[in-house]
Formats: sequence, C-alpha cells, structure tokens
Amino acid sequence: MIRWISPAALNRRGMLNMNRRNVSYIAQYNDRRAYPLVDNKLKTKLVAAEYDVATPKLRQVVSQQHEISHFRERVADLEGFAIKPAKGSGGKGILVITGRDEDRFVKASGASVSLTSLERHLTNILAGLYSLGGTPDVAIVEDLIQCSSTLTDYSFQGVPDIRIVVFRGYPVMAMLRLATRSSDGKANLHQGAIGVGIDIATGQSLNAVQFNRPVTHHPDTGMALEHIHVQDWHTMLVMASRCYEATGLGYMGADLVLDQNAGPTLLELNARPGLAIQMANGKGLLPRLKYIESLKRTHLTPEARVEYAMSVFSHTGTLYTSQKKAPSPRVPA
Amino acid sequence: MKSRYPFYIGVAFLVLAGLGLATLRHVEMGIPWLSGDERPVWLVEARVDFQASGEPVLVSLNLPDNPPGFHVLSEQAASPGYGFSIIEDEGDRRGEWSIREASGTQTLYYKAQFVPDPDVRAQPPRKPPQPETIYWEEPQATAANEVLELSAAKSSTPESMTRELIKLIRSSDPDQNTALLMTGSRPVDVLSRLLNHADIPARISEGIMLEDARRRQPLRPFLEIFDGDRWLTFNPQTGEQGLPENVLLWNRNTASLLDVMGGNQSVVSFAMLRQTVPALQLARAEAIDSGLGFLSLYQLPIEEQSMFRMLLLLPLGAMVVAFMRIIVGIRTSGTFMPVLIAVAFLQTSLLPGLVTFISVVTIGLLLRGYLSSLNLLLVSRISTLIILVIFMSTAISIIGYQMGFNTGMTVTFFPMVILAWTIERMSILWEEEGPHEVVVQGAGSLLVAVLAYLLMIAPLARHLTFNFPELHLIVLAIILLMGQYTGYKLSELRRFYPMKAYE
Repeated sequence: MIRWISPAALNRRGMLNMNRRNVSYIAQYNDRRAYPLVDNKLKTKLVAAEYDVATPKLRQVVSQQHEISHFRERVADLEGFAIKPAKGSGGKGILVITGRDEDRFVKASGASVSLTSLERHLTNILAGLYSLGGTPDVAIVEDLIQCSSTLTDYSFQGVPDIRIVVFRGYPVMAMLRLATRSSDGKANLHQGAIGVGIDIATGQSLNAVQFNRPVTHHPDTGMALEHIHVQDWHTMLVMASRCYEATGLGYMGADLVLDQNAGPTLLELNARPGLAIQMANGKGLLPRLKYIESLKRTHLTPEARVEYAMSVFSHTGTLYTSQKKAPSPRVPA
Repeated sequence: MKSRYPFYIGVAFLVLAGLGLATLRHVEMGIPWLSGDERPVWLVEARVDFQASGEPVLVSLNLPDNPPGFHVLSEQAASPGYGFSIIEDEGDRRGEWSIREASGTQTLYYKAQFVPDPDVRAQPPRKPPQPETIYWEEPQATAANEVLELSAAKSSTPESMTRELIKLIRSSDPDQNTALLMTGSRPVDVLSRLLNHADIPARISEGIMLEDARRRQPLRPFLEIFDGDRWLTFNPQTGEQGLPENVLLWNRNTASLLDVMGGNQSVVSFAMLRQTVPALQLARAEAIDSGLGFLSLYQLPIEEQSMFRMLLLLPLGAMVVAFMRIIVGIRTSGTFMPVLIAVAFLQTSLLPGLVTFISVVTIGLLLRGYLSSLNLLLVSRISTLIILVIFMSTAISIIGYQMGFNTGMTVTFFPMVILAWTIERMSILWEEEGPHEVVVQGAGSLLVAVLAYLLMIAPLARHLTFNFPELHLIVLAIILLMGQYTGYKLSELRRFYPMKAYE
C-alpha cells in the first residue's frame, strides 16, 4: 500500500525537498567553481590539510594505466587500504581491503578478490567508470580508517560515518550512518544503511531510520540505537565548519569518521547532500536554513559558528522552544 | 533573493509571442489549427477549340488575374505540341499557345484552381477611367437621351442611375425608346453605351457561374461602372448590385477574350469542378508569397522538412521528461535517454519498439556480464557493446522477418550507441546498487519514454509542432517555469511519509 503525506503537512514540518534544495540552496550558495574541490577527493584532501582538517593518510595515486603494474609492490606493506576514485560520487567505486589471504585481498565483507580484479577495478576508475559524467579519473589509495571502538558495534562491517550539513559555515543538522548487511558495508541510506539523527548540541542520537522507516535496533548487530553518543562531537562540528572556509561552498555535507587513533577525520565533502538526513532527525531542514539566512551578520570563526549552532539547533534549542516563528536574530559583534 | 519579476515577464512574453505569432499566421495564412480541416477549391478548365489551317498558330486567351473573391492556387496549361507561356501586359494576363504548324481540329486546355477568399478585392485603378465617347445615330441618339433623362430623374448617384437604367431596359413592357435602342444588340451592350454616354465610365466584364461538375459553360456578361473609387458590378439580367459569391470574373477590362491566328471557328468553353483540399495543403501552397511565410518550414526541401518534423517533436519529449522528473519525481537512467528512446519508438512504433528495447537490453546485460570478466578498458568495452548491439538487432531483424513480422526492419532505427550506453549504465547500476535500482530506473525510463512517445505520436501534436513552430516558445516557457518549481515532488510525498510520525 502506498501512503502519502500532504504537501501542507510537509511544509509544517519544514521539510526541504529536492527541487527547493537545488534551486534555493545549491544553485544560490554554491559557486560552481568550488565544485572540483569537493568532487575530486584528491583536491579535497589537499585543501582540507591547509585548514587543519584531518583526512585519511594518502598512500598512493594511480593516474596512468602503466602505474597499475606497480600497484602490488606499493601496497605490499599495507595490511588494509581503501581504493577510491578521486571523482567518484555516492560511494561508487570505493573498494575497501581489510587484509590478505595469501595472494588474495580480503574485502570488508569478507570476500576475497584477486590482484587481477583489483587491477581491473583501477583500470575502470582511470577510464572514468565511476566519475561524474564519465570523465577520466585517477585512483587514490588511502589508509584504512580504524573505526573508533565506541561506534564499532553499531555498524555491520562498514565504518560508520557522520554526515553534517553545513550551511554558510554553520553545522545545521547531523546524522550518523551505519552500514548494514543489506547496504553491503556501505553507508548510503538508499542502499539500506541506517541513518541516526544526532543532536547538534550534544552529539546524542535522536531517532533512526532504515529505508525511510523508523527503526530502534540495528537489524544485524541488534544494538539499540537509542543512546549513542558521538565522541569528540565539538571537534567534529568545528572541522565541518572549517570546510566552509576551505571550499567556500555555502551548502554542503561533510562526511566525517571517528578514527580510533587519529580522532575525527574528514572522509569527503558533498556539494549536493541528500535529504534523508531530515528523516533521520525527524525534523525538516528549512527552519534551520531560513534561520541562518536571516542572520544579519554571520560569525567569523568556525568556533563561534559552532557555539551558535549548538545553542540554536539543539532539539531543545531556541529555534524549537521559543515561539513558532524564529525572531530575526541579531548576532553579537 | 533576486527579484523574479523579470523572469516571469520574460516567460509571459514567450507565451504571448508564441500564441500571438501562431494566431497571426493562422489568420494571415489560413494554416488550420486542426489537421483535418478542408477547404473548397474550384477547379476551372477553359477549353479552346478551333480549326487550324496548316499555318503557324498563335492562340491568345485572356486569363483571370486576381478575380474579386478568389485567388489562384495553381494553374497549368495542357496542349500537346504547343509552346505555352503567360504574358503580362499592363495588368492584363494572357496565356499564349504557339506552334509552327497545325491543321485540323485543335483543342487547348487551361486549368486553374481558385480558392474562394472574400478578402481578395480588385485593386482600384491607378488613374480613374474616363467614360468612352459614344456616337449614336439618329434616331437612337434621341431615344438614348430620353431614356437617360427618365432614369436620371429617378436617381441621384451613378449607382442608382445604373439600377434605374437596368430596370428600364429589362422591363417586361419596354417603351418605344428602349425598344428602339435594344434592337439588334445585347442589353448589356446598350447599358454600357448609355452609361458612358451619361459620363459614367462603364465596361462589360465576363464571368463564369460556378456550379459543381458543369461543363461547356459560357461566360456571362456583367456590367461594371466606376463610381469614382472603384468598379461596381451589376448583373445586367436582374439589376442586382454586387458580385454573387459563385461568380468568377474571368475577363475584365480587356479587348478580347480569345485571339486565334492561323485558325478559325474558335470557341472557348468552361468546365468546373468543386474540390476539397486540406486546408494545410492550401496554406502551404500559398506560404511562399504570404507576408509571414518566411516563418514557416514549407519552403525547405521535402527531405529537410521531414527531418524537422521529427526534430520539432523533441521539445515535447523534453517537456514530458522535465515534468516527470521535476514534478512527479520519477527516476530515469540518464536525463534525456527517455526522449531518445521515445524518438526511436516513433520509428519502430510502440509495441515492437518496447519488445526490441527490452530484449536487446536484457541480452546485452547478460553479455556485459561476460565482458566484465574479460578485464577490458572502458572505451573498448563500450565499442564491443555497440557491435554486439548491432549483431543483436540484426538477429532480431532476421528472426522477425522469418517469423513473418515486419517489425524487424524498423529495429535498425534504434540508435545503437544509446542502446549500448544504456546497457553499460544499467550493468554498472546493477553492480553498484543492485537489480532493484536497475528495474526502478529502467521502468522509469521506459514509462517516461512511452508517455513522451504517446504525446509525440498524437496527430494534433505533430500538426501543431510542425505548422506552428512558434508554439515551441510556449513549451520553452513551460519548461522554464518548471525549472522554478521549488515545491514537493509527487514521489517525495510518498518518500517523506514517515515524517508523519513526528510532530
């Protein structure tokens, strides 16, 4: 049975829809010239480093077909690594190797693949199979993220990541994405990963959805999703906020992970973040975006922006507890 | 936020321009809104018979030129062995047949199609005609003067004078004077002489009564007088003023209808036929010399016309895709793949197209599975797929033909590269997102393609897009407006349904 919700009800909840996101936010706040910075993971890494945002250690860049033959030697001393297309989107073409089984490489899912098929994968990446518009691409080989032990149990195989939507430098909404068996270890919601809404103010989990439906427990690990607390939450928000200075993109999604050793680490940036984050939070993005839009002067430092966002966008924050209509806020100078 | 007014004004301008131009061309050129419209056309054939006397022959027949109430759609002369040309001389059009030598009974034909058009009026003469000087002999001169005095007493203008004169001449009980004037001459000749004598320029024109499927019709005389601005027509039989709708003035202001040199016993007779011609064909034939004709595609070579016929349907498909993606929110594989598939359906027709598409893509996906294990570079894999697709469609063609379906032939119209790319994209989708997404996007693409096809195949759509290309401005406006739509997609109403739980 198909169930519907009326547009009026969605409006009341302030749900941002795709058309509006594209026209009123992405097109208006995102300069196209900044896109290569986020669409190319290699460039993202470089620019993130400039702004003190940690990213996984880069081990190798394969940009020419003939370099593939040296691939094996160069990963010889690495136990695990991840192969990514620099211009891939939506997690396409990412191959995670967690270990070795004699001559073969073990994928995160436990299946083993031969060197030949890794080399074919690299060839595909170079040919642009996973890149936007099919343009020729380069493959990057990164260190594997060692998932923080606080979150490991919540995710099936894949590393859980945290998506933070950053609008004009303010973190406005966040969710934790947990891989499931049906998402094949990937953290993409439409493939079946679980989205857990995270309170901006505290880093506490709110509610969770899988395939757009509320869930309370992880289907594969059986863990309750109710009381997750993300460590280093403040640092994460500041890192996400810094990406605004780094890229200049007004509306973007920052995907971070919590590494056991390195702490919060930026995985990638997204200039067209999806809308499922609203479902995970049970709240629409529009009121928060409009609130930021109505600011007469924005805060200058990432830290100040994070403080402000934490005070306003908390689920018990001023935006929701005070009267329905947000007053035009004035920013202290 | 920037002001949207300039944008909306621009969109309104596009709509108005599209509608305005289309209406203007509809009125001006008579291009029908609907494709089925038909218009009556009179096919009139003039037949000249004469006895040639074995000498060089030159036949000169007066041809109608912009007869009031009609315009000429086409004309042609049929006359074996004769040279034919149309000569224009001071507004006088004559058809001339010539031959070096001819003898015996000769028959020449001139055919023309006339379209009734109430807007066509005779051009006023460049300089006002002068009444002819008429010489009467006694006792006619006295009689004429008396008749004129009689009618002048009852009238005030040249028109009323003419009506009175016709009444006098046509009266069943003519008085002495009129009877005298009438002896040995046609009433219309007498009328013309009398009017000219009264300083009213008058002349005799000859016209044909148009009646369907009549043959051997003679020309009938009509009286025309000049009232200072224009020529007025009277029926000399009834005194009726004005030209009846079914009269085609063939011969105006000319010395003679027919001149034959090198022959004798010449006769002209007329046959006519009422035809109906699609209004569109009519408009097309007239497009060349019409004011807005330059906007139409009719002057292009036929080959290019048929190309544009297809090309101009594409915006409709694009509109459907925009609507389905922006408003409804259906996922398709590739943005405009559905339009291209729909165009292919136009060539193959729907059902065979669907069957072909699905079977080629399915077989292609299976073959692609094998290809991926070959570890090929992307470009060569796509190239291999294109070749395989061609093989497959060839096979389907042959099998279809052997099984008695003609559809196989049309498969070749499917753009092979599109099929190959579809297969490649679908297969990646399969690996990355699973078969469910392949089915969703594939079905979405096909659904949109079928809708676009149904719109593009509609006779009205085909008629309007080709004959009123300016209507595309409206399509453009609609697409621009949709680009501004920031509301919820239909699919999002379903997608966000779980939000109902939170309040």
